[in-house]
Amino acid sequence: MVTPRRTDNRGDRRPGHGPGARLSPRPGARPVRGTVRRPLHRPGRGYRVFQGINALVLTGVVVLTLYPFLNILARSFSAEARIRAGEVNLWPRGFNLTTYEIVFRDETFWRNYGNTVLYTVVATAVAMLLTTCYAYVLSKKDLAGRGFLIGVAVFTMFFSGGLIPHYVLVTSLGMKNTLWAMVIPNAISVFNLLVMKAFFESLPAELEEAGQIDGLSTYGTLLRIVLPLSKAVVATMVLFYSVSFWNSWFSAFLYFDRADLMPVTVYLRNLIVGATGGTGAGASTDQLTQVAANIQSVTIVLTALPVLCVYPFVQRYFVSGVMLGAVKG
Amino acid sequence: MTTRTAVDPEPATGNAPPPEDTAPRRGRRPAARRTWRQALRRDWQLYSLAVLPLAFFLVFRYLPMIGNVIAFRRFEPGGSILGEQWVGLRYVRMFLTDPTFWQVFTNTLWLGALTLLFCFPVPIVLALLFNEVRTRALKRFVQSVSYLPHFLSIVIVAGITTQMLAADGPVNQALESLGQAPVAFLQEPGWFRTVFVGSEIWQTAGWGTILYLAALTTIDEDLYEAARIDGAGRWRQIWHVTLPGIRPTMITLLILNIGTFMAVGFEKVLLLYNPLTYPTADVISTYLYRTGVESNSFSYAAAIGLFEAVIGLVLIASANLLSRRTVGTSLW
Repeated sequence: MVTPRRTDNRGDRRPGHGPGARLSPRPGARPVRGTVRRPLHRPGRGYRVFQGINALVLTGVVVLTLYPFLNILARSFSAEARIRAGEVNLWPRGFNLTTYEIVFRDETFWRNYGNTVLYTVVATAVAMLLTTCYAYVLSKKDLAGRGFLIGVAVFTMFFSGGLIPHYVLVTSLGMKNTLWAMVIPNAISVFNLLVMKAFFESLPAELEEAGQIDGLSTYGTLLRIVLPLSKAVVATMVLFYSVSFWNSWFSAFLYFDRADLMPVTVYLRNLIVGATGGTGAGASTDQLTQVAANIQSVTIVLTALPVLCVYPFVQRYFVSGVMLGAVKG
Repeated sequence: MTTRTAVDPEPATGNAPPPEDTAPRRGRRPAARRTWRQALRRDWQLYSLAVLPLAFFLVFRYLPMIGNVIAFRRFEPGGSILGEQWVGLRYVRMFLTDPTFWQVFTNTLWLGALTLLFCFPVPIVLALLFNEVRTRALKRFVQSVSYLPHFLSIVIVAGITTQMLAADGPVNQALESLGQAPVAFLQEPGWFRTVFVGSEIWQTAGWGTILYLAALTTIDEDLYEAARIDGAGRWRQIWHVTLPGIRPTMITLLILNIGTFMAVGFEKVLLLYNPLTYPTADVISTYLYRTGVESNSFSYAAAIGLFEAVIGLVLIASANLLSRRTVGTSLW
């Protein structure tokens, strides 16, 4: 009988790497007959001290990384007076949802949040379309001019026109204050392009040839054969793009003049810089100035929430994507 | 044979295998024998897929590179994006005599140097520590947590930074409990560099370990075995096996970091600075943003941007050259 545990952990059975990797044999592992355990294979006292210190340091890393999130979360649920008094640490003090209510009642917040969703969806769709097409073309190793086409993309990883010429260009194309300013100028990430190209290259060529013999055009091959085989990489790329578009703020900040067009990141930015206080409809200004800092915490929580929710599930895709990109790019 | 035409590609192929158009994509004769017309004829569908992306690159990546000529031309908003008439080095002379420029130039060097000094080594150390964790589940947990800040918007990172350093924030609470007076970290020029570098480490250190961890797994286990047999202790193993094993990765990342030296943390500075902290916080990129986009001095800002880019290019090229000469690793 195959135990389910085995299959769960398939990738995890590899021996560890680095110094000390072979030091502690797996529990229950019998020494192979004929081998003598040399003393220098046994973890020395110094090593155990080191492991202790390492555990301590890494605990510190975890605490330092997580503490700010937990603190912000606690603040967002706390009473303003208790925050001012510096009482809020990891747990809400004077638990209340007033600040959430104020933010939820703010029309600008909702409109900007909706904008973020809209921009993310449209920009990701456009980016996926362009990236997939180009990556597929670049993956054809015997295509005439392939080197040139790759060069065109890779060159832009190292050289960029700079902020001002970009701004002048986008402005003169009349894209200011339109959705397209968020979508078109960053439509292809060369990094993602190379990851995708590497994946397409790894697909067996025979499948495509079979499709072509059966009379599929290039478009048909891409749609009917290549893409169905590439669900994993397509999903990864969609995640890459959507997280980066969700998080982006500078394009909007640069190209939009109107508050009702901004994504939620710029809304948050305005709170931070204090350019505009939260304009909570229905709340008195007195109440507003009082909770200004708290509104920041709430907005941070609400902006980060979608990313934090998908993070645990998608993290490994990001990691493997980066590895692939680093090896191939 | 030299006068081939598109309508009649066959005669040109000489004694090559079966007719081009019907053959499957792979397994035909060498690329050198093909002409452009033939390639287009056979692969036009593929090329058609490349049209839109190519247009994107040309318009939104290469046109702005050419657009830098406005550094040497008079530009009028609403006019041609390539400017109206040549003015030579007027804008270059302008910023070279601008005291604010030299102020932001110095700030850029400071911030870039500090970022490189602190943010480059931390991921290496962290990766070595991660690598020593023997419990897989624990290791994965620590890694996942440390990657987290990388996925958040830089605006959120800036927001968290301001909240942590606020008058009622945890840092000032801690200072207070130690009997110290609270510090207005984000209003005092003297604190900006510390705040920036600290926030940068918080955001990037964990994610920065990924490539090192990947490099660590490629080190041959036998090397450790051999080192142990030679009597090397743990530190000597790290020094003589682990570090040389990840050296190519270290050097590649170092060169790349040096390449971004001049553009240091533009968005983060823009979010964290304010007029009070300009004396230390204002860098070239934020200055050119303000002069260009906010004050509409496009040519002037473009000249500064070009200067910044040229320095960046020189830095990365010389780092690359130096590394190729000394340790034999280079980007190109």
